[in-house]
Amino acid sequence: MLEVRALSKRFGGLQAVKAVDLDVRAGSITGLIGPNGAGKTTTFAMIAGFIRPDSGSVRLDGADVTRLRPDRIAARGMVRTFQVTQPFAGLSVAENIRVGAFLRTADAAEATARARAIGTRLGLGAFLDRPAAALTVAGRKRLEVARALATNPKLLLLDEVMAGLNPSEINEIVALIRDVRAGGVTILLIEHIMQAVAALAEQVYVLAEGALIASGTPRDIAGNPAVIEAYLGHGAAARMARHA
Amino acid sequence: MKPVLALLVAVVALAPFASSSQYLVNIAMLTAFSAFIGQGWNISGGFGGLTSFGHAVFFGVGAYTVAILQTRWGINPWLGLPAAFVLGGLVGAGIGFLSFRAGLRGSYFALVTLAFAEVFRVLSNSSDLTHGGLGINVKLQLGAANFQFADRRASYAVVLVLLAGATAIAAWLKRSRFGARLVAVRENEDAAQALGVGLVRTKTAALALSGALTALGGVVYTQTYLYIDPSIAFGVERSVEMLLVVMIGGAGTVWGPILGAIALHLIADVSRTWIDTPGFAPMLYGVVLLAIIAALPGGIAGLKGRLGRA
Amino acid sequence: MAEIIAAALVNGLLTGGVYALVALGLTLIYGVLHIVNFAHGSLLMVAMFAAWLLAAQGGIDPYLALPLVAAFMFGVGWALYRFVIGRVSHGEDRAILLATLGVAVVLDNLALVIFTGDTRQLETDLTFRVWEVGPLLVSVPKVISFVVSLLLAGALWAFMARTDTGRAIRAVAREPDGARLMGIRPDRIFALAYGIGIACLGAAACLLLPTFYVSPSVGNVFVLVAFTIVVLGGMGSFPGAVVGGLLIGVTESLGGLLLGESLGPIGISLVFIAVLLLKPTGLFGSVR
Repeated sequence: MLEVRALSKRFGGLQAVKAVDLDVRAGSITGLIGPNGAGKTTTFAMIAGFIRPDSGSVRLDGADVTRLRPDRIAARGMVRTFQVTQPFAGLSVAENIRVGAFLRTADAAEATARARAIGTRLGLGAFLDRPAAALTVAGRKRLEVARALATNPKLLLLDEVMAGLNPSEINEIVALIRDVRAGGVTILLIEHIMQAVAALAEQVYVLAEGALIASGTPRDIAGNPAVIEAYLGHGAAARMARHA
Repeated sequence: MKPVLALLVAVVALAPFASSSQYLVNIAMLTAFSAFIGQGWNISGGFGGLTSFGHAVFFGVGAYTVAILQTRWGINPWLGLPAAFVLGGLVGAGIGFLSFRAGLRGSYFALVTLAFAEVFRVLSNSSDLTHGGLGINVKLQLGAANFQFADRRASYAVVLVLLAGATAIAAWLKRSRFGARLVAVRENEDAAQALGVGLVRTKTAALALSGALTALGGVVYTQTYLYIDPSIAFGVERSVEMLLVVMIGGAGTVWGPILGAIALHLIADVSRTWIDTPGFAPMLYGVVLLAIIAALPGGIAGLKGRLGRA
Repeated sequence: MAEIIAAALVNGLLTGGVYALVALGLTLIYGVLHIVNFAHGSLLMVAMFAAWLLAAQGGIDPYLALPLVAAFMFGVGWALYRFVIGRVSHGEDRAILLATLGVAVVLDNLALVIFTGDTRQLETDLTFRVWEVGPLLVSVPKVISFVVSLLLAGALWAFMARTDTGRAIRAVAREPDGARLMGIRPDRIFALAYGIGIACLGAAACLLLPTFYVSPSVGNVFVLVAFTIVVLGGMGSFPGAVVGGLLIGVTESLGGLLLGESLGPIGISLVFIAVLLLKPTGLFGSVR
């Protein structure tokens, strides 16, 4: 469904993302992990059209979307959330979700009904008429997902929806993501936390210092020395092997 | 509660028709007029958060459109309304497209609108078409067919109809997809874009609609005072008046411009009985603006929510 | 023809000096506080009335009054930030912009109440004094304002670069949080920087007075000019403000010559719009 080829971006002297290839199969949950500063969010922003890549291409269902604006990409069914949540702070939770719903209908009553239904489904039922600014961090993460879902996406890009949540909140959102996939939405998620991704994704890509260093099933990745090095520092894999 | 409020508004708005007091009718007319052009500003500045310091550019375009059409080509001033609406909309679309495509927002957008108004002022000040700095006098030919009324109550009725229309548009923004998208862009551009909202398109459309409405205010001005010149048309005072009405009444609300206009004209009339010096009332407007920013960012219309929550 | 153009060039350049001083205050305030000070023109008007009052009522020559008016305007600016702009705006961009607009509305109309709308002019001994330089006649007070403006610009630059206070201001401009860790209080620095920016207007007012008029709306003449200079030079850039000031002085003067008195002023607005639309970082600005 999504094919990313040789995507690269340089900021001044820093090569933030180096020739990243990435495939997301329709109906799958795919993970993109890596230590902080690995270039995950930049890669994501390029896929969703928020940052223009220096080179490389992004294809969605076979069509080139590399140079499209984010709103055009969203209209084609690929919608992102934000790691640092970006609520419409002055609006209510339901009004926030409604903005997403309006992508597929111009009818106000229909959009409102759809927004409330999705909000309720994502556990925001009690907060629908409260200002979005009043939500907790976990609530805001749910709102991000709810707004994106309201656009009826084919492919959902989730940017660290688990960061900043406590273990029980993480369990809830993992269940929620499974539920979304079960509803027919393909998912690409970025996470810093490897365990959470391992529990969800069928296919995982690992990014370090802007380059892809490994890919495969969560099991393949967990034992990969290069991945351990990237996460735990130079020589870590050798030390772990010695202790084992 | 709502029907009672609506009835109250209707009674206050219609009372001047039953009165023979020129003074009362005049005040009502000026208030409704401020509310109308304020509502024009509110469409882009309130709902869209596109703070403009140069909305006089639309007012002036409307005022000159009707003046030029009838004095140069003898075209009936009633046709000035649709002509001004279209021209105001085009100027709004042009300024909006250029500014938003260049990524101007916040203070930069405010300043560029000011500069556009200044360009129009200088042009009208030096062009033959607008009679330069002398301005344009419209010949007195009283009669409804000429959009000139001997009875101020008729002018007031015209403004009231326009105000009702503009307020209906504001109410439509509250419900519609376009309004939801416009407010989303105001609240958070990145998030709006991620949800499929085109930024340049949405903001440009809002400024075009706002410009079209504000231009109608210019038409009414010319037909009421039968004179227009570059400073009246494009001066910064007019831009500030629209902004004040909205910020004081409540930006991005349906009733804010009306409440703001009433407040402003109350201040003007009451203060005149204390000190009747040019500048005194406008100075108080500035003080009220500062007080509102400090204590009541939602304006008068925001009071209700504040009391409700407290 | 060459002589007329040369005269316009010289005249524009000389006017540009004092423009640069006005813009320097604006760019300092933007660079440190990141606020667009819409009250700048109105505060210049206040300074001009202060200088005019001292001259007309107290008989003090504007050039002698310069330190006094600059100090007074520093106090006005400091207090204005401390008690009005900093207070009412809650640190929100749109609120700050509207607060500076509110201040401008209050000041303009307060002046209208006190001084009426009359235009006043001050004649000093030097007002009509000219030097003959070859074929050109050069206005003496304009040369003085040009030289003093550039000297003050240099002094301000030295102050910012060499003194502890200047370094503290620059530290706050770059890293308010980091500066706080160093024991600098950003709110004090903000009021100080705003005061210094407004003090520039005090000096500019005294330099303008012998050749310019004073009225409650005189600030409007300078608002757009000052902002044009600052965006042209790059928001927050000192050298940009000086070069921009000279360029805009020349643009205005040549615009008046080539396009005529009524159409001439369009040059500045067009430059302003063009810079904002095409290169918002200006000549010397870095990417925001």
